[in-house]
Amino acid sequence: MNEHVKNLTPETTDLSRRSFLVGTAATGLVLGYAGVPGIESAAAAAPASFEPSVWYAISPDGLVTVTCGKADMGQHIASTMAQIVCEELGAKWSDMRVSLASNDPKFNDPVLGAQITGGSWSTMMNFEAMSRAGAAGRIALTEAAAAAMGLPPYFKDQLVVRDSVVSHPKSKKQMSFAEIVKSGKATKTFTPDELKAIKLKTPDQYTMIGVSVPQLDIPSKTNGTAKYGIDVMLPGMVYGKVVTPPVRFGATVKSVDDSEAKKVPGFMKAVILDDKTGTTSGWVVAVANTYANARKAADALKIAYDGGPNAKLSSQSLLDEAKRLQGLEDSGQFFVKDGDPNAAFGTAAKVVEAEYTTSINIHAPLEPMNATAEFKGDILHIYSGNQFATRSGAIAAGAAGIDPKFVVMHQHWLGGGFGRRLDADMMIPAVQAAKAVGKPVKVIYSRENDMTMDFSRPLTYQKVKAGIDGDGKLVALSHDVVSAWPTARWGIPDFLTPSVDKKGPLDSFTVNGADFFYTVPNHYVRAIKNELAHNATPSGQLRSVAPGWTFWAVESMIDEIAAATGKDPAQFRISLLDGAGKNDGGAQRLRNTLLAAMGLAGYGSRKLPQGEGMGVACVSSQERASASWTACVAHVAVAPSGAVTVKKLTVATDVGTQVHPDNIRAQVEGAALWGLSLAMYEKATLKDGGIEQTNFDSYRPLRMSQMPEVAVAVIANGEKATGVGEPAVTVVAPAIGNAIFNASGARVRALPITAEAVKASMKA
Amino acid sequence: MPTLTINGRSLSVDAANDTPLLWAIREQLQMTGTKFGCGAGLCGACTVHVNGEAVRSCQTMVGDVAGKKITTIEGLSAKGDHPLQKAWIAEQVPQCGYCQSGQIMQAASLLAKNSNPTKEEVVAHMDGNLCRCMTYSRIQKAIMRAASEMRTASATSNERRPT
Repeated sequence: MNEHVKNLTPETTDLSRRSFLVGTAATGLVLGYAGVPGIESAAAAAPASFEPSVWYAISPDGLVTVTCGKADMGQHIASTMAQIVCEELGAKWSDMRVSLASNDPKFNDPVLGAQITGGSWSTMMNFEAMSRAGAAGRIALTEAAAAAMGLPPYFKDQLVVRDSVVSHPKSKKQMSFAEIVKSGKATKTFTPDELKAIKLKTPDQYTMIGVSVPQLDIPSKTNGTAKYGIDVMLPGMVYGKVVTPPVRFGATVKSVDDSEAKKVPGFMKAVILDDKTGTTSGWVVAVANTYANARKAADALKIAYDGGPNAKLSSQSLLDEAKRLQGLEDSGQFFVKDGDPNAAFGTAAKVVEAEYTTSINIHAPLEPMNATAEFKGDILHIYSGNQFATRSGAIAAGAAGIDPKFVVMHQHWLGGGFGRRLDADMMIPAVQAAKAVGKPVKVIYSRENDMTMDFSRPLTYQKVKAGIDGDGKLVALSHDVVSAWPTARWGIPDFLTPSVDKKGPLDSFTVNGADFFYTVPNHYVRAIKNELAHNATPSGQLRSVAPGWTFWAVESMIDEIAAATGKDPAQFRISLLDGAGKNDGGAQRLRNTLLAAMGLAGYGSRKLPQGEGMGVACVSSQERASASWTACVAHVAVAPSGAVTVKKLTVATDVGTQVHPDNIRAQVEGAALWGLSLAMYEKATLKDGGIEQTNFDSYRPLRMSQMPEVAVAVIANGEKATGVGEPAVTVVAPAIGNAIFNASGARVRALPITAEAVKASMKA
Repeated sequence: MPTLTINGRSLSVDAANDTPLLWAIREQLQMTGTKFGCGAGLCGACTVHVNGEAVRSCQTMVGDVAGKKITTIEGLSAKGDHPLQKAWIAEQVPQCGYCQSGQIMQAASLLAKNSNPTKEEVVAHMDGNLCRCMTYSRIQKAIMRAASEMRTASATSNERRPT
């Protein structure tokens, strides 16, 4: 955990900042004072600013600047945090501004205790803290206004706070937030207990939550002014271009010949990375005065590699190893162990078995990985857009050989994240190059570096076996999941989950979702680490993580069981979502969501032409504890050639409380199209230890011409706000697979779906 | 030292003739609204106008555009109020926003020639621009909205024309 050191360079310490942070500390939301220059955590902190909480400050001109501790990668989370604060504070939306937090631990997520953005967690985990921060500010401003208006304190309940104005209707007196802040009277502080005791608004009192206000970041993203990590410009900065080996991981550099690179004007140095963090292997960075020259120099380097232990591996060898491991009795650890499926299979009337696979997938956010590193005195400054400041700061420190407390991270807008920017590999070449040349260095990956060195969604192999009794009831399910373990790679014990068979911690980010809300009395889920894949293709968290593959298997298998027992697949799901025992609550919400999607799509009520079909799926991402309820009906046409056209995706999602309805729709639609892209178009392969796809010609995310109609229904039933950025990714592939079966009788079990696989299954 | 005419200004850049225009714009002129995405003309993030045509600045060399009129997102309109930029805000198009400068520049080259495009024409014109957040449906809507606004504006100005 990194903590900023105090007052390293006292001459630049802003004492006024210290004084207003006193109030901050007293709210109980923050402890400690960050005196490191270069941390612009809030808007310009004028002496008279009022900062009722670490999360925002109100300047004397009345502008309210919310500091967002979450990475904003297009989910507009900064704007959402401002919206939640704004609701309780009573500010006018046009007065709201956002800034992005540094890695100062005071900006840690109040629930997670670290700065990490993912899991569709941000809104659900920050809603209350932002609400209380906003309410605390309103109370402090109101009391100050009452005093300034000369009203006795017991009159404060007669004050109305709206649109950044505190007014007293009886006396017709009013003060704007700006006037109150200027008066300097807003000094009230809150203890943690007082904060907890604040009575928050009830949903019927909301005027901001549930309103699609204009997102604060959008104007800057239409005129070129939004600053991403790649846009950082520092005085004296030079550029680095990495040269990465042909093998994804495990190669080492034997020699570097820079004689040709030296002929490139502006070339400074080729730096062989010495990465003690184990994040990269065999990387060299060419440093030059411009990026164009750095690229030329990088191309001119002659590097000899030792390919290392993974140099002969392929996707097929990883899959073969996965199958071998799955076949072993004692492989892996149990994530779910209810009843005894193996005994139930013995007495079952019918047993259905199937294998499901997913390919390696690449994040490929459109902003290639980049980072800028600058050493200033004892402090290492890192400029980058990143999703995991807490860990990434430590990785940067590891690359520099310094204590993490000396690293200051300057957050930027992320040009796409999708989980890719949870990693910090891009900081390592920047740090070591900056150290080697004694100047700030901006490292920008080429798209080829970015694709071949992705912390990819791992190749997965799943085997599912189902037992059905004489009445057609699903009585047993055993589900083995074999993959690289993306989260185990972090080496942070808190992110691992104890196995139920007490065989040590497992990476639940490989099996989440397999612990579904269907009632199945005998249910095993086994997480099996594919060590070979883990080492050869270091994997990462790709939007929605495990549910992206576990629901592919579960929701396809549920359909296969329905087909085997002659039931309608949607009705079969509804019967399994009976809400018994531990599934009470969640199962009913998922059932209702499924029904909503069915209704919106006309499932079962529309007659479809020959060759067309509908398929359903319903999912609860990500963890059971942070579940969100999403269902999809896919409508497809299947040609005799096996070619599949997705005509329409209908997605329903129960979000509990919607903060920003329009943003939810944008996120759900984007997520559903991600799901489609992964289901039909995106495939990466390993050959000779390296990722074969290098750019958007060979790795092909969905384009505009491939977009089907997407209908989204949002259910806001007043429950707590859930996450929306990810769940719709996971529901689409199985819905499409099931629709293909409905249309053609072909069952596909491998992602991405190909015309050849559909055609082959039609013939079978 | 090549001189470039960008957004109505003549600027000399310290870059070799075989430097991609993209990097001259971003690094030499520090106009960072134009983005690097793929370096191969496959994603459209770096789209700018050269003599009114949308081109991929990562595939256009500085030496080839001397004397030509270059427009970047920063120069599309004086106040960020080109009908497309207004429509992008009205439809709340951007998510991460990284591709959107390129999307807007690509769309602007269509509307400059055809202010009444069909959906098919929009798709055909925009298919080379990737949006990894998949905001495609809002991009389409925004283009249609901007086209409509441009037609209305031009109809209004036609009416005012003395006869």
